[in-house]
Amino acid sequence: MLAEFLQYLFTGITIGATYALIALGFTLIYNASHVINFAQGEFLMIGGMATVSLTAMGVPMILAVVLAVILAGILGVALQRFAIAPAKQADVVTLIIITIGASIFIRGIAQVVWGKEYHVMQNFSTDQPIEVFGAVLNSQSLWVLGIGAILVVGLVLFFTKTLIGKAILATSMNKEAARLVGIRTQMVLMLAFMVSALLGSVAGIVVAPITFTSYDIGIILGLKGFVAAAIGGLGSGVGAVVGGLSLGIVEAMAAGYISSDYKDAVAFSMILLVLFFMPRGLFGAKVVERV
Amino acid sequence: MLNTFMQSRLRGLVILALILVILPAFLGNPFHYELVTQMAIIAATVVGLNLLVGFAGQISLGHAGFFGLGAYFTGIATGTYGWSSVPALVVGAIVVGAIAWIVGRPILRLKGHYLSMATLAVGFIIAIILNNERALTGGPDGMPVPAFEIFGWELSAFGRYSLFGITIEGFQAWYIFASVVLLVAVWFALNLIESPIGRALRSVHGSEVAASVVGVNTAKYKSLVFVISAIYASLMGSLYAHFQGFITPAVASFEFSILFITMVVLGGMGSTFGVILGAVVLKLLPQVLADFQELEHVMFGLILMLTMIFMPKGLLPTLTAFVSKKMRKKAGGEA
Amino acid sequence: MTALVEVKGLDKAFGGVHAVEGVSFSVEAGQVYSVIGPNGAGKTTLFNLITGLYTPTKGEILLNGESTAKLEPNELAERGMCRTFQQMQICMNMTAIENVMLGRHLQLKSSLFTTLFRLPSLRRNEAAARKRAAELMEYVGCGDYLDAEASAMSYGALKRLEIARALAAEPKVILLDEPAAGLNAVETAALEDLIRKIADQGTTVMLVEHDMKLVMGISDRLLVLNYGRVLAEGTPEEIRQNPDVIAAYLGG
Repeated sequence: MLAEFLQYLFTGITIGATYALIALGFTLIYNASHVINFAQGEFLMIGGMATVSLTAMGVPMILAVVLAVILAGILGVALQRFAIAPAKQADVVTLIIITIGASIFIRGIAQVVWGKEYHVMQNFSTDQPIEVFGAVLNSQSLWVLGIGAILVVGLVLFFTKTLIGKAILATSMNKEAARLVGIRTQMVLMLAFMVSALLGSVAGIVVAPITFTSYDIGIILGLKGFVAAAIGGLGSGVGAVVGGLSLGIVEAMAAGYISSDYKDAVAFSMILLVLFFMPRGLFGAKVVERV
Repeated sequence: MLNTFMQSRLRGLVILALILVILPAFLGNPFHYELVTQMAIIAATVVGLNLLVGFAGQISLGHAGFFGLGAYFTGIATGTYGWSSVPALVVGAIVVGAIAWIVGRPILRLKGHYLSMATLAVGFIIAIILNNERALTGGPDGMPVPAFEIFGWELSAFGRYSLFGITIEGFQAWYIFASVVLLVAVWFALNLIESPIGRALRSVHGSEVAASVVGVNTAKYKSLVFVISAIYASLMGSLYAHFQGFITPAVASFEFSILFITMVVLGGMGSTFGVILGAVVLKLLPQVLADFQELEHVMFGLILMLTMIFMPKGLLPTLTAFVSKKMRKKAGGEA
Repeated sequence: MTALVEVKGLDKAFGGVHAVEGVSFSVEAGQVYSVIGPNGAGKTTLFNLITGLYTPTKGEILLNGESTAKLEPNELAERGMCRTFQQMQICMNMTAIENVMLGRHLQLKSSLFTTLFRLPSLRRNEAAARKRAAELMEYVGCGDYLDAEASAMSYGALKRLEIARALAAEPKVILLDEPAAGLNAVETAALEDLIRKIADQGTTVMLVEHDMKLVMGISDRLLVLNYGRVLAEGTPEEIRQNPDVIAAYLGG
């Protein structure tokens, strides 16, 4: 009983940590530009696929990871610079369609370069699973959780301690005011997309040994990240982490105790339920409409 | 005379009808007919979706869910239980309308991206149910759907019909049928938009507070338009199922929902004829791009991005603005 | 004579900050009743409370003797209350005249069936509503914009358009939130005439306004707010001589 429960919990926390990282990526871009980036999942795909193909070409793992993350970062900046920035005055839905176009484009290129097959990535360390109270914990899960935790702490420090981080926060609060005090908001927006892409690609790399990877994994992972961000409340960092973890755990429990066919349905019912009672998610900002 | 016609409110409808009449001259083979018939059915769906998105300003990223429910209701009722097509279509639309009303009430209180999220979730849940209730739906493999049948008279794409001494093929009959359906769908939509109900819907988009202080019950009108657009989707889903003769859960998928909303936005939100153009373009594009083979998706994504970046108002509104500017320039030059 | 609008002990707090505190007054039918006070005194908040956009923290508002506590803005409109906004709320996705026709919403009930088939009754009602809307646009002085898109109109014309929309609903009481803001002297004079005309036709007018000349000339009674509280209430003459008001306005 306990073993079973723990097993689902481990699975849930691992995948939930990935969702949390994706959700944080959404949050960053949402805060900086109020865009919901439907291409967010593609950063994960790029991270995983580039690492796999580089290591297959004989590049050492560490270097492959660094290169993959850099590639995703460039992609993030390019996305902002060439697709989002030129469409300044566009409607919210129009921006959504632009990011969807971008994700189809990126996926298309990935398919041309890497093909349609599933790729397997080696565990970072031992393949030997760890046993805890009868439940089996994949060693890679520890990597996911550890790196996820480091990234979250890193982000917190970035936003509270560094000038660049504070500039991003200032821009997200009031773009005009930020510009008036001399912040180059266009740079800041590009930076937000870059950091978001870095987060996504790292998440994609650490989770790849568990889920496998292919050119089209970005769609569903991106959506789950959006769900997690919405559960937590768009724009809230804490919300993204809580939303991601709770989504992962609920999914794993649903798959274990109810039916794996319906695990996604449970996830989507959960978001409906949350929004029903809290229309702005768990930690979403309350706004008074001014008229 | 011509002038007054050009300014009349049904000008667009007449032009559309003319195009639909002339079009067969350019359709060479059954495949062309099939494509155009699909276009007409999908176009009618997005005309309905546009009422919600373009006019009332409420985003739906899950509309294929209602399309899929309509398709499967028809498939199951006519195929498994032997209902006649028309009752299946009507009862399906009523059921889907009721479902839309029930889920619409709570989720339409949400704004912006939260509404996108909620509609997306509703669409996903429907698709998952269709995928997994194998006994009823045949699961991911899909299910066959009998031909459309009315008063014991069957309309099959593979049939052959003679009427008043003229013999037409089944696919041509379907084309005529779908064209009439599209024209009626557009006519209803135009009538709705230019009415007190339509103004109330548009005011929800323009300014919700303004609407409420002149007495518009905004929650009621949002629900109403959500239900209407869901019924459009359900009816068209039913017809689509009959026309295809076979359906899979893909008709309710997220990809299909995205395709619908993209047609609306690409063609021109709030422009009934714009979204029809959007449907035509997005159905044609893959055919044209098929020549690029593996670059198809790259091209598709690129075209989508570029169009939206440079024509954020959509194809038709941008084109008409361009043309009227040219004409004004010309008129100014002559004067 | 019973009060048309009665406000009793009204309180509105936003997270501990009292925007309106302990405000009571009553407006009788046919009056022009103005609310004045410095910026941030709570005037617009008061209007938002009266028209049901905000829910009071404490206190009660009666419209024609009926408590408005459970009523939505649209239900208040059904009971004869309509308003304009300081930050204009015009539907820019519609034409000018459609904005005014929107004001006829409550008078234009038609079924979905009638609408979808555009039956003759609907066409007749629409034509009548369009005619009435055009008259109202002439009445408020934006008759030049009959065929215009709302987005193509000037600021002053939009302000008048908003009044026309409110009048189209045939309200018993109309609340105007800073109608003269941003208008020049000529436009303000025209506005004064307009408000007088509206009042003369028996519509009660409630006004939030900064232009003292306009307010003093036109109002039957005034309410002076300061920091969310009532500083004074009375006829223009009484207000002009009220020492508190003089201190607040001239001394401060």
